[in-house]
Amino acid sequence: MAYLELENLTKHFRRRTGLFTPPEIVKAVDHVDLSINEGEIIGLVGESGCGKSTLSRLIMQLLMPTEGSVVLQGKRLADLTPEEIRKRRRDFQMIFQDPYASLNPRMTIFSTIAEAVLTRHPDLGKDWDKLTAQVSLLMEQVGLDSRYIRKYPHEFSGGQRQRIAIARALATEPKLIIADEPVSALDVSIQSQILNLLRHLQRDLNLTMIFITHDLSVVRYIADRIAVMEKGKIVELGESESVFKNPQSPCAQVLLNAIPKIQF
Amino acid sequence: MPLLEVRNLKTYFHTREGVVRAVDGVSFDVEKGETVGIVGESGSGKSVTCYSLLQLIPRPPGRIEGGQAMFDGKNLLKLSEEEMRKIRGHKIGMIFQDPMTSLNPYMKISSQLIEPLQLHKGMGKTEALERAVAELDAVGIPDAKSRIDSYPHEFSGGMRQRVMIAMAMISRPEIIIADEPTTALDVTIQKQVLDLIKTRQEDLGTAVIFITHDLAVVSEVCDRVNVMYAGRFVECAPVEAIFTEPRHPYTQALQKSIPALQEKGEDLYTIPGLPPDLTKPIGGCAFAPRCEFAVENCAHGWQPKLVETGPNHWVQHCRGCVTV
Repeated sequence: MAYLELENLTKHFRRRTGLFTPPEIVKAVDHVDLSINEGEIIGLVGESGCGKSTLSRLIMQLLMPTEGSVVLQGKRLADLTPEEIRKRRRDFQMIFQDPYASLNPRMTIFSTIAEAVLTRHPDLGKDWDKLTAQVSLLMEQVGLDSRYIRKYPHEFSGGQRQRIAIARALATEPKLIIADEPVSALDVSIQSQILNLLRHLQRDLNLTMIFITHDLSVVRYIADRIAVMEKGKIVELGESESVFKNPQSPCAQVLLNAIPKIQF
Repeated sequence: MPLLEVRNLKTYFHTREGVVRAVDGVSFDVEKGETVGIVGESGSGKSVTCYSLLQLIPRPPGRIEGGQAMFDGKNLLKLSEEEMRKIRGHKIGMIFQDPMTSLNPYMKISSQLIEPLQLHKGMGKTEALERAVAELDAVGIPDAKSRIDSYPHEFSGGMRQRVMIAMAMISRPEIIIADEPTTALDVTIQKQVLDLIKTRQEDLGTAVIFITHDLAVVSEVCDRVNVMYAGRFVECAPVEAIFTEPRHPYTQALQKSIPALQEKGEDLYTIPGLPPDLTKPIGGCAFAPRCEFAVENCAHGWQPKLVETGPNHWVQHCRGCVTV
């Protein structure tokens, strides 16, 4: 059985165009069906504005769908009470594009990660030493020196901040990670480090991952399957190598042609 | 004679932690109509190099410690603020990474576009407006005549970057400094913007200094490339030579780390370690601690100098691993 299933998922936004004109309907996500297996990395690509971020927010239950549903391990998320959804949300975590904006500048690395650990293990709140050990362990898992545990985000470089964001996401022991352009804001050499890290973690922890990006060369490397989105619909879905070598939809072809190539 | 001749530029930042040698003796030429790339990781000093030329470095803590930049018979580094203002945006234009922060959100596109024309060329408002519409048309903004009265937030990211290009080009500068102009855009828009910069440059004969960390972009737009590391150039060469026969280990490492060139399944190549702390004096080759070819000789003595190893191909002559 698929781990996560999107059934006919739809999100429409209403946009007011004027006082007396009827509101315009923006179909951000339009009847999307997708099933994702456990331990799979699925790459979600498309131009900006194609609805990939809205889709991820629907999966995270940060937005309510207009129609359709998200089924996680056979359970329809819309049927759960808000309380249960909050509990469930520990199982899925997000990593955002901008590690400068997604970390609280007034919290040390310890408090940032510990807060997430406590949602999974509230009892650790009484056991300071164990909590510290757990945070150190997470930091080492993502390749950060645990001596920096009391430092603030601004003391780290972009790549290191993204590692902190990854450690925070892992702290709740999630099963599904949605990474929304996790390397777009980073230098090429740092990008590779983060991609390697995500792939190793995925393999070691058997994570299911949705990797959102507009960069096909990155996604070819990391994803098992690629879903191409255009105007709220999935227009192409296939093994990553075959989408890359032989794109069927015009949208995928445009994306492929746009990758800057080394011409020598 | 080159259009711009930078010699031994040094920009240091005097901070509480010590003196940061952000740019430490950089020399390059820009010829009329050519595109010169400056490539490097964040913090390597590529932006500081260009901002120094326009005296846009915050002072203090920054200070230009030495060198000269000859443009139009004048040394840019020694100009007074008043003289500089006649060059910025007139003779030398800029395109920044983030168009949202470099456009004024409270001003209509039209007033921002005609400002340089009124200021530098003394044009009247109607004439300037006509030119502005033509310029927006040239950068591919549909329906330029009515869009010109919009505010920046009414445009998408790619469109805003087009407006920035129009604004930089409108006074027909001789040089444009483009600081990561496509890093914030997605690939399809990036391609459009790169193509646009190229065609406008060909039409108008403008020289471009292109700052980026992305080697693939460099290969698409640049004629010459300067690879920067820890405040100095480690290799300067025509673009083809940079890709076909890179001589410096850092250039080679940068190329190996492009994900598109690697096989699926194996680990991506990464450059180990971090760039050096620029407050401390660097002995020998700055890249030595991260270099896979480094031998003991590399990290000692004076910093290696650039030597010419091929036609117009200069490389830092590291004693340990670069053979000339």
